[in-house]
Amino acid sequence: MNILVNGKSEAVEGGSTVKSVLDAKDLDPALVSVEHNGKILEKSDLGGAVLAEGDELEILFFMGGGRN
Amino acid sequence: MPFREDQISRYSRHIILKEVGGRGQEKLLGAKVLVIGAGGLGSPVAMYLAAAGVGTIGLVDMDVVDVSNLQRQIMHSEKTIGMPKVLSGARTLERMNPDVRVIPIQDRLTAENAMDMFSDYDVIVDGSDNFGTRYIVNDAAFFLQKTLVSGSILRFEGQVTVLEGHTDAPCYRCLYPEAPPPGLVPSCSEAGVLGVLAGTIGTLQAAEVVKKILGIGHLLTGQLLLYDALAMSFRKLRVPKNPSCPLCGPAPTITSVSGSSEWVCQIPAP
Repeated sequence: MNILVNGKSEAVEGGSTVKSVLDAKDLDPALVSVEHNGKILEKSDLGGAVLAEGDELEILFFMGGGRN
Repeated sequence: MPFREDQISRYSRHIILKEVGGRGQEKLLGAKVLVIGAGGLGSPVAMYLAAAGVGTIGLVDMDVVDVSNLQRQIMHSEKTIGMPKVLSGARTLERMNPDVRVIPIQDRLTAENAMDMFSDYDVIVDGSDNFGTRYIVNDAAFFLQKTLVSGSILRFEGQVTVLEGHTDAPCYRCLYPEAPPPGLVPSCSEAGVLGVLAGTIGTLQAAEVVKKILGIGHLLTGQLLLYDALAMSFRKLRVPKNPSCPLCGPAPTITSVSGSSEWVCQIPAP
């Protein structure tokens, strides 16, 4: 099935969760904030968030930078 | 407040805009904005606010100017290397516009001093470089019910948003509920940052501050603007208030400013 990840269409296996998408991208959940269909997920909910066709994921990266 | 001749000339391009006008320019001259971080983001923010005639600009930073800053921190120069950034910045801003009163605060922002530091200002701008400070800034702005214009940059990408957790809009903790573990997110000094990106994101922040002061247009409240300089693309995401936000939700567990400026995302330089 296809989902939108940061605005781009990506094919993922049926039954994938948000956590499995992060794992496939080798992304540490501690380092991102994930919005699933417009809602920011708690870290503890990533594994239980099952994706459906057409779902939208926004993976937001922490950026502290600015001053230095 | 009648304008002086030189002010009418200086601000004529503002005054001629019907959304600004003389009254809007008076609002700018009467406004007080606190800029956290006198670096890559703080430079363009403070310089454009000074040029716009924002009457009082506070600058908070405890560092001194280093030659490695000059690739993007345009408020500083070769001549001010070694000088505290807030003084170097104040010098630049005062030279740009004598109407502006600059308040240099060469201090570390902490959970203890943030409320006092912020209380006098109308709008807070975050251009800090670490997450501990970001949470402190967020919490203090929330408790004081002040608008927080947040920007961040890394490598070729940047983010801008306007946080008003005291309204039905989200706060920083709604977007980023938990700080990442120290040491895992690279800083600009480790990962690099395209210098001009600081200008792009900083000027977007400055535009939001000016609009907030004037009460015009639409702000990035409840929205996160993402900029990718390599793709030259902007995307705007809706970000909702978190109904279980520990700070700005209906059942808060955070009741005073928390977060730590001791939180360090940088690996010390070799």
